Amino acid sequence: MAKEFDLKKLEQMAKKIRRDILAMLTEAGSGHPGGSLSSTEIMTVLYFFEMNHKPENPQWQDRDRFILSKGHACPVLYAALAESGYFPVEELKTLRKLGSRLQGHPHRLKTPGIDMSSGSLGQGLSVANGLALASKLDQKSYRAYCLMGCGEVQEGSVWEAAMAAAHYKLDNICAIIDYNQLQIDGHVEKVKGIAPLADKWRAFNWNAIEVNGHSIPELIDAFKKARETKGKPSILIAHTIKGKGVSFMENKPEWHGVVPTKEQTELALKELEVVLS
Amino acid sequence: MMEMRLAREAFGDMLVKLGKTNNNIVVMDADLSKSTMTWKFAKEFQERFFDMGIAEQDMTATAAGLALAGKIPFIATYGVFLPGRCWDQVRISICYANLNVKIAVAHGGVSVGPDGATHQALEDISLLRCLPNMTVLVPADAVEMEKCMAAIVEYVGPVAIRFGREKVPVITSASTPFVIGKSTVLREGKDVTIIGIGSLMLYEAMLAADELAKKNISVRIINMYSVKPIDKEAIIKACEETKGIVTVEEHTVMGGFGSAVAEVVVQNKPVKMRLVGTQDRFGESGKPAELLQEFGLTSPFIQKAVLEVLK
Repeated sequence: MAKEFDLKKLEQMAKKIRRDILAMLTEAGSGHPGGSLSSTEIMTVLYFFEMNHKPENPQWQDRDRFILSKGHACPVLYAALAESGYFPVEELKTLRKLGSRLQGHPHRLKTPGIDMSSGSLGQGLSVANGLALASKLDQKSYRAYCLMGCGEVQEGSVWEAAMAAAHYKLDNICAIIDYNQLQIDGHVEKVKGIAPLADKWRAFNWNAIEVNGHSIPELIDAFKKARETKGKPSILIAHTIKGKGVSFMENKPEWHGVVPTKEQTELALKELEVVLS
Repeated sequence: MMEMRLAREAFGDMLVKLGKTNNNIVVMDADLSKSTMTWKFAKEFQERFFDMGIAEQDMTATAAGLALAGKIPFIATYGVFLPGRCWDQVRISICYANLNVKIAVAHGGVSVGPDGATHQALEDISLLRCLPNMTVLVPADAVEMEKCMAAIVEYVGPVAIRFGREKVPVITSASTPFVIGKSTVLREGKDVTIIGIGSLMLYEAMLAADELAKKNISVRIINMYSVKPIDKEAIIKACEETKGIVTVEEHTVMGGFGSAVAEVVVQNKPVKMRLVGTQDRFGESGKPAELLQEFGLTSPFIQKAVLEVLK
């Protein structure tokens, strides 16, 4: 029996998370909106449907693990954690401030619900492999999820990890690439091409699933297919739009690491049909 | 003649011994298990050994993941590659995340021999000791390696242990305690203190001390196996009780062990110092004994350093 999902509720949650991202980044005055907004539906599906986790017990041993390898997108992770109940939504306002539990990039020792510190690209998939190996060694059923950026796959270490996961047949790992086509210096294909991306992963003996990264039903279905694939690791190549949901940010590389002004945020929130509180 | 033993063999044997009683120990290598001796563990505990291939970055971050899940991963390869190749993974995934990963830094120093500069780790201590949360240990010989291994399995947190390729004299005894953050006085003396790491260099220091004794110079020798945290007390005591300090290491003096001692000396009780170690240069091919001489690491160079300190 497939798990039921309430599309309206999940879409509403994605909207809430987008609102949180914009609010916290505006308050922080720095950070990364583009790649946070592009991975909003992915994170919504992971934290509110796909993963087994207990916000009231962040260290629950049988929880599925999540590694945000593209650590700069932590606003979307912090929002998902806060909306899940790991810490108060109010605390999102402390992002990037001195003494805050919400560091500019995720730190496992500071924030409840953060499984791993990250921020230097190309390390997360290996960490996830380690968790997946441990899960198998201990005959546990928890899975490891790892979200990477598309520019991130230019790091050679990603491919070392890709080779290892296939070699050790880690079918309890599910990687996701937020394929928004943009990196800081411009379009990925212009900076240093990564296409054909799914073919590359297939050549590394992964089960690669292409999916619309903004379609909640498609994501749910893809995660299910990944879970059901045995003997090899799975990866979701999630086609997304950088800055998704805010018209003036969409597909603009300059919104990678620049935050909106208060006025721009109000405009953005209107688009999201939510009034700034 | 002193007994000569391979510290790396003791490392491999201890992995097996500890692995028998501790199921959480897992071992990884990067295609060098024959050299690092992790093959011994692989043979005994196939399911807990992972050869990660020639991929040090992957090995290091994967170990972090295993540690997150409660395992005690030992990862081993040559020091030139770990921390050399994958320092960023050590920095973020192990040290910043503060995970219980044990790093075996094999083939340290010029005594690696004919393979030359690419394979002689001379910068690993500098690279490791600057990282917060990292503990850096250099067991002097095979006997101390055994004690060191037992100690680091009990200790929770990132640890790096450094050892060489060649057989080295056994200068420590099984009964001497090994405590992280402490050191051992190998020989008492009142004029100058030689503080060193690794029995290859400490043995040269002993030869130097014997020669200096003929000139009525009394030398204290300290085995400072715990490079970080360092035994400040023993260093300050040496500054107070002897006239100066000579450090000896098979590693660059730039940011290395001698620098670590100097940091304590200059901020507490400045005395005259000389740092014996490799200078601002890469290693090269040669026989281990030839290289020790070529790089100024043998007894006569240490004697000269002691005399300079006394000038």
